Amino acid sequence: MAERKIRVLIGKPGLDGHDRGAKTIAAVLRDHGMEVIYTGLHQTPAMIAETALQEDVDVVGLSILSGAHMTLFPRVREELEKRGKGDVLMTGGGIIPQDDIDALEEAGFSKLFGPGTATDDVAKWIKETMQERWKNEEIEA
Amino acid sequence: MSESNGATGIGVQRKDAQALWEEAYRKAKLRDVENTTISGVPLKPIYTPDDVADLDYARDLGYPGQFPYTRGVHPSMYRGRLWTMRQFAGFGSSAQTNERFKFLLDHGQTGLSVAFDFPTLMGYDSDHGVSEGEVGQVGVAISSLMDMETLMDGIPMDRVSTSMTINGPAPIMLAFYIACGEKQGVDPKLLRGTVQNDILKEYQAQHAWLVPPEPALRMITDVMSYCAGHVPQWNTISISGYHIREAGSTAAQELAFTLANGMEYVRRGVAAGMDVDTFAPRLSFFFDAHMDFFEEICKFRAARRIWARKMRDEFGAKDPRSWMIRFHTQTAGVSLTAQQPENNIVRTALEAMSAVLGGTQSLHTNSMDETLALPTEKAVKIALRTQQVIAEETEVSHVTDPLAGSYFVEAQTDRLEKDAEAYFAEIDKRGGVVPSIEAGYIQREIHNSAVQYQLAVERGKKKVVGVNTYVEDKDAKPEIEILKIDPAVERSQHERLAELRKKRDPKKAQAELDAIRDACRHPESEGGNLLERFVAAAHAYCTLGEIADVLRSEFGEYQEPMIL
Repeated sequence: MAERKIRVLIGKPGLDGHDRGAKTIAAVLRDHGMEVIYTGLHQTPAMIAETALQEDVDVVGLSILSGAHMTLFPRVREELEKRGKGDVLMTGGGIIPQDDIDALEEAGFSKLFGPGTATDDVAKWIKETMQERWKNEEIEA
Repeated sequence: MSESNGATGIGVQRKDAQALWEEAYRKAKLRDVENTTISGVPLKPIYTPDDVADLDYARDLGYPGQFPYTRGVHPSMYRGRLWTMRQFAGFGSSAQTNERFKFLLDHGQTGLSVAFDFPTLMGYDSDHGVSEGEVGQVGVAISSLMDMETLMDGIPMDRVSTSMTINGPAPIMLAFYIACGEKQGVDPKLLRGTVQNDILKEYQAQHAWLVPPEPALRMITDVMSYCAGHVPQWNTISISGYHIREAGSTAAQELAFTLANGMEYVRRGVAAGMDVDTFAPRLSFFFDAHMDFFEEICKFRAARRIWARKMRDEFGAKDPRSWMIRFHTQTAGVSLTAQQPENNIVRTALEAMSAVLGGTQSLHTNSMDETLALPTEKAVKIALRTQQVIAEETEVSHVTDPLAGSYFVEAQTDRLEKDAEAYFAEIDKRGGVVPSIEAGYIQREIHNSAVQYQLAVERGKKKVVGVNTYVEDKDAKPEIEILKIDPAVERSQHERLAELRKKRDPKKAQAELDAIRDACRHPESEGGNLLERFVAAAHAYCTLGEIADVLRSEFGEYQEPMIL
């Protein structure tokens, strides 16, 4: 099992051009041995979901610094569900007030990361969560 | 300078004293920290006359208001006039932002600075599909002249100077502003302010573009030539390092890429047939003030010297106003932390001080809550008061360029100039700024610096209070008020646009859009100046999105090179 690589899509939905965080995370996750696909800027939720499907990713991470997170997170999930990818692990980060993080986490976006997060913590969390998932899948199988 | 009467005793040669010091330093137990600037450049423990042996006062420093302006662009600097305190503001609807502007003017702010929302920055109307969820979020939504009229309502446009931070659609927004002034009865010749209009750094760092580089640069030269005749007090471009730095660059990269962009605009203006001295005095600049106090001060000094030398010696400008860099500074948004957010007040104060000691012409101080959301009124007021404390209480405004002559400051100013020159050579080797963007070179340089800094923080090599040192309980939620944008803004913008489309003369609006299409295709024809066309279209109440759609269909959309 140790050889199975985690496939991650880092997406920038909406019109927001701040990509420092997204590109830094993408580079670091790659250094942690994951397969990382970065969508580039100005993607619609449908474009991100389509890429997630085509690339058959395990994780979709969204970076949003435009204040539109309460609209865009649910939209991307809807588009993923439409394509039968609703089970993908969704996470993300950006300029998101704590109240909104709480609300989104409650709505099932497993974990969101705010400013000041160490990239290593994100990598560790993704690895642990995916290993847990794969273990459960194996048991079910 | 070989004699010293210092603590080592009268008559001891300086070199001997230095040898003694070096030995003592070698034996000293040092703290385990990386002695570098925030940009990762190694620092010596002390600087001495040896570090400035080549410094020639007249050639390298001069007096304030004199070539090469290292010491400042005005002879009297802050004794004559303090810097302009200009807080960037904008959120929600044009009516809400109009209220915030009046609040800031009432509290002693001396100029306006408009922040736009993402749909506006990307040239989409509030009712376009891609605008969903983003209307009014990070700035004000301005979709037409009608919104601009509300934004400036009750503000005398002949007396206030306004800075508009917008790039891709900058010429369209400037047209709305000019038309709005005309509706207030203000002659465009009296309008004062700045439009950022710096598209090159959008491709490099901030990423709010409209069309590809070549047509974008043509629009910029159209703005420069139209304003030279019609809006002579307007700064037609604010060449910005701020976003380059915020995207992760080092101080030297910020300096180099900004000035390289500036030189590219000058080349374009000259190539379009303008005399350099007709437009260069209206170019302005915009830098970041980051946490490395001395490196930032040196960066500002180096910027003035480099620009003066380039403009006079390479571009042959004869008007001293073409040689001078006048710049706005904003404290570093990226230096703010979500952890213990009140500490951000201190960070901002220190950064603001470096901008003032570096001789800035205007300054924006960030609010403590900006890593969480747009700032509340209280946070904005503290940020403005921070500048007022520096101006009124610290007594730093009396002496111009007070750090000149410091071995360290002069050596570091030189170092930054040399680093910038090395980047200019790299960019030239790649065929200039546009090819360097298209190949992703500049973006990759910035990205690599961003990753290096992030890893330095994560490995504890660079400390950030509250993040990797002096950390408090991780789960403690900050006790801080958050500004929330009412989703009703989006709906009311939809209604306003529907009303505008119903009320205007549709034939007139269509005729103006057709005229824009013609001007795109025939730049040399009569009325081929795009800004002139946009002003006419603004008066016909064509919307931002309609005008931008013509440009997108004529010029195409920009595809960024992937660097990952």
